[in-house]
Amino acid sequence: MQNLWIIPALPFLGFLINGIFGRTLSKALVSAIAVASVVLSFGWVLKVFFTAGDLGANPISEHYFTWIRSGVFEVGWDFAVDKLTMIMLMIVTGIGSLIHIYATGYMAHEGGYYRFFAYLNLFMFFMLMLVLAANYLLLFVGWEGVGLCSYLLIGFYFLKKSATTAGNKAFIVNRVGDFGFSLAMFLIAVNFGSLSFDKVLQAAPGKPAGTLTTIALLLLVGACGKSAQIPLYVWLPDAMEGPTPVSALIHAATMVTAGVYMCTRSAPIFTHAPIAMETVAVIGLATAVFAATIGLTQYDIKKVFAYSTVSQLGYMFLGVGVGAFSAGIWHLMTHAFFKALLFLGAGSVIHACHGEQDMRHMGGLKKYAPHTCWTLAVASLAISGFPLTSGFFSKDAILGAAYTHAPWMFWVGVVTAGMTAFYVWRAFWMTFWGEYKGHGHPHESPMSMLGPLMVLAVLSAVGGWLFNVPKILENMFPVQEVEGEMTLTMISVAFGLGGIALSYYMYVVNRELPAKITSSLGWLYTLVYNKYFVDEVYDATIVSPTVTGSRVFLWQAADQGVIDGLVNGVGREARGIGGWLRRLQSGNIRSYATWVVVGAVGLLILMSLAYGMQGGGAR
Amino acid sequence: MNLLDFLIALPAIGFILALLVPRKQEKTAPFVALVVSLFTFVLSLGIAAGYKTGEKGLQFVSNGVWIQNPEIHWHVGIDGISIWLILLSTFLTPIAILLSWSAVKDRAREFYAFLLLLEFGLIGVFAAWDLFLFYVFWEVVLVPMYFLIGIWGHERRIYAAVKFFLYTMAGSVLMLAAIIFLYNRAGTFDYAVILDSLSSGKIVFSHLEETLLFLAFFFAFAIKVPLFPLHTWLPDAHVEAPTAGSVMLASVMLKMGTYGLMRFCVPLFPTASRENAPWIVTLAIIGIIYGALVTMVQPNMKKLVAYSSVSHLGFVVLGIFSFTQMGFDGAVYQMLNHGISTGALFLLVGFMYERRHSLAISDYGGVATVAPWLSSMFLVTTLASIGLPTLNNFIGEFLILQGAAQAKFTWTVFAALGVILSACYMLWMYQRVFFGETNEELKHHMPDLNPREWACVIPLVLMMVWMGVYTQTFLPNISESTAKILDQSRANVPLRVALPAAGTDGGRHAR
Repeated sequence: MQNLWIIPALPFLGFLINGIFGRTLSKALVSAIAVASVVLSFGWVLKVFFTAGDLGANPISEHYFTWIRSGVFEVGWDFAVDKLTMIMLMIVTGIGSLIHIYATGYMAHEGGYYRFFAYLNLFMFFMLMLVLAANYLLLFVGWEGVGLCSYLLIGFYFLKKSATTAGNKAFIVNRVGDFGFSLAMFLIAVNFGSLSFDKVLQAAPGKPAGTLTTIALLLLVGACGKSAQIPLYVWLPDAMEGPTPVSALIHAATMVTAGVYMCTRSAPIFTHAPIAMETVAVIGLATAVFAATIGLTQYDIKKVFAYSTVSQLGYMFLGVGVGAFSAGIWHLMTHAFFKALLFLGAGSVIHACHGEQDMRHMGGLKKYAPHTCWTLAVASLAISGFPLTSGFFSKDAILGAAYTHAPWMFWVGVVTAGMTAFYVWRAFWMTFWGEYKGHGHPHESPMSMLGPLMVLAVLSAVGGWLFNVPKILENMFPVQEVEGEMTLTMISVAFGLGGIALSYYMYVVNRELPAKITSSLGWLYTLVYNKYFVDEVYDATIVSPTVTGSRVFLWQAADQGVIDGLVNGVGREARGIGGWLRRLQSGNIRSYATWVVVGAVGLLILMSLAYGMQGGGAR
Repeated sequence: MNLLDFLIALPAIGFILALLVPRKQEKTAPFVALVVSLFTFVLSLGIAAGYKTGEKGLQFVSNGVWIQNPEIHWHVGIDGISIWLILLSTFLTPIAILLSWSAVKDRAREFYAFLLLLEFGLIGVFAAWDLFLFYVFWEVVLVPMYFLIGIWGHERRIYAAVKFFLYTMAGSVLMLAAIIFLYNRAGTFDYAVILDSLSSGKIVFSHLEETLLFLAFFFAFAIKVPLFPLHTWLPDAHVEAPTAGSVMLASVMLKMGTYGLMRFCVPLFPTASRENAPWIVTLAIIGIIYGALVTMVQPNMKKLVAYSSVSHLGFVVLGIFSFTQMGFDGAVYQMLNHGISTGALFLLVGFMYERRHSLAISDYGGVATVAPWLSSMFLVTTLASIGLPTLNNFIGEFLILQGAAQAKFTWTVFAALGVILSACYMLWMYQRVFFGETNEELKHHMPDLNPREWACVIPLVLMMVWMGVYTQTFLPNISESTAKILDQSRANVPLRVALPAAGTDGGRHAR
């Protein structure tokens, strides 16, 4: 018994303490509780890792108690840990610890300090539930739970309407995804008679392809919601309304990758549903390109990284879709390193610029915030796939597999990689090079924030080869050899370096150029800059018609007009009612009537009681 | 006289005691009512503790002749379904009394007396095992609620009360006619005897008879649920009712309808139930989606919660008419869940009304800043209501949708849309009421929860978590009894009617 339950229980305890008593505790105590609960949880993960032996051969599974039993159907509170889960646990608790530490510095001057950490701990709890779950329903608990925390933290600054609206949007769009996920679960339960991973995944190969394809596509709908893929990605850029540590932890490193994890976990279903796999790959790739183009034009530093996250998640789905599950998870891990770092770095930049997020009002920060500068440089190199950085390995593995699957996918992916390098470095140059264009005096962040940045910088640099995920997961997902791997690698590196070079030229050397290009592109630029007007289109085609239609047609016309009209009509027809109504309203008679009824009822009760006692005795 | 008899009698005694309070000492009426209702609750807990899972049939049975001619029995007893609904009633009545403490000043003794009378009727309805007795209790419930709305309600209370009364009466009359028809055929009102005669073939209905009888019962219950399109009394009744009335109405009284469908319609008329299931399910699903859409655009908080009940109760009807074990279990579970979470919503809205004297969403905004605990509790309740896993409603919705999926997957697809919409309307309301800048009016008139209010809220919130995390307290008893009803729904079906496709009964379930 490894007592896996301790892993999520610790952050939950932190949530309870800070949530209930936080208001009366000092900031130091609140942050101590919050950080300690997550770090201890990380410690327990390490303990499990070192004492469990070979997780590949002997995965751990623990049953605590029955959750739901109805007829032959049963779901338990069951946790399981295999190598895949172990990787996720390490990422979640490890990065989670760093971000908690960072947040103690970042949030030091914010109101609602205890509330922030309570939510953050609650998030850790649900995220750990999600990865530890041994069945789909329990995974869904974590899945919805992290969505809730995301909602709460996006809307953390709840005085701002834009923040709470973004929170609602995130929750509701995710609900649309969860609609698909839950339908998939219902189908699984009907067809497999169980929701536990063990039973379902073992039996999957024997089921008809049609069933598996439907299930896989519905699971994909869920994944598209949580992992912000087309057409449900719209919530993630808005989610940047939340405090920056939240963006790093939830909307970059952990929660948004849950869809990738879920698809990988369901690999036996997906691999037997080729149509679904192809769909995953195409959606992933389309999202990667689409989001990258938007990333090229944004000025809000967090928005750039948000679209970048959407785009990188697309890569992971591409990996899953072409059957390179372990490469997808590898990229999930390296992305967690460098994207968390990018966001935390962005937070440090925003901190330095007194809350400014528009990159046009930054610049020259390398002088004022040198540590932030070099750590961000490492992250930018990693995401650009610079040789031997973490992103290089994982992106390469995905692109290689994509090439084997269909060469055109490789080419699209490589072009996207070029764009990625361009927009990330564009952000880098705009922030750190040139001269400072903002207000006040920029300053470097405190050590509590820089420490995590440095640890993540090291991981972003060497995490790729240090943790060779495909090798670790070899027994679950055999690795395919890629032909001409060297050439492919060279090509993608070339595109990455090209992107960096171009951004250097446009934003450092010839700084007049971007304005000229944007004006010459005209409507195309406007279209991309405004995110292809997708939000506006959704609003006009789905949201507004639903709300207006419900108000005008369903409520006012159907409910109040037709149905109630009919009822009232019947009422009026019955002549006596009007008179009765009038009499009821005139004081004395009303109380008279009251007492008549009360008396009658009382009598009835007495009678029933008397006979009831008699009857009971007679038995 | 056994414990159950005593449990039914206790609130009736309380009713009389409350009325005996002299007008001058009216302030003691709530104390009397609270003490009686707490005793009742403790007693019901005792009965629940004494209830034995795994023992077939009714428990705590008391059976004797009440009226000689025509022979009407005082036949009461409980099974795994009624025990929980009785507990729900006895659990919520003290809360309803406590929450009215400062809100009701006018004619207090009658008010509290009526609440106890209501409890008496509710316990009776869920315990009655004689059709006539059931009918009597059914009507007894109507009376106090009519007065609670009509006397202590808001501006349009008379309209709402009369509408409520007429709607329900219309159904009751049909049910009474059907009961009398059954009596003529079976020679008894005793439900157990009638069921026996049905299964042994002593009574046989023609197809037409069965359909008409089914419809008569169904109509009475469907109004009470309320099933679309018979729901328009509900928003009016809720908006006009005092908070305690709304809580009892939504939490327990609506369940009389769904309980009746399950207890009487399905076992008595299995063939007709199954034959009519397709259009009933269709109405239920329309109710889920339509209810949710109409909920979304309500400008009034109470009306919003009321319409959401139409949507939630649609799930229960769907569960029942899916004729699957999971559907049945989910339906019963959802009755309890809805009682807890919607009860809590009405209660919290009531607390806010007491402070701000408005139910319009637009009069609020920024409550979270001035009343953080009230807001947190409201949030938990909201989350329960929209079916967040680990809170109660999720279990019910999951079981119902899973059961429906076994019967017909398309039902689930449409019904599950309601789950998306519930998030839309609840979160949107939450945003408008609790988030944003606090307006001036609220800054001075929105104190946080006081100890009495905490005492009302905490039990409800604890139940939400308990029922969401550890269902084994509740489900085994429920399953046992629903399995029996499911059997009856098959056993009594004459051979000439083909059962719906094999999948319906969960047969496709691989073991």
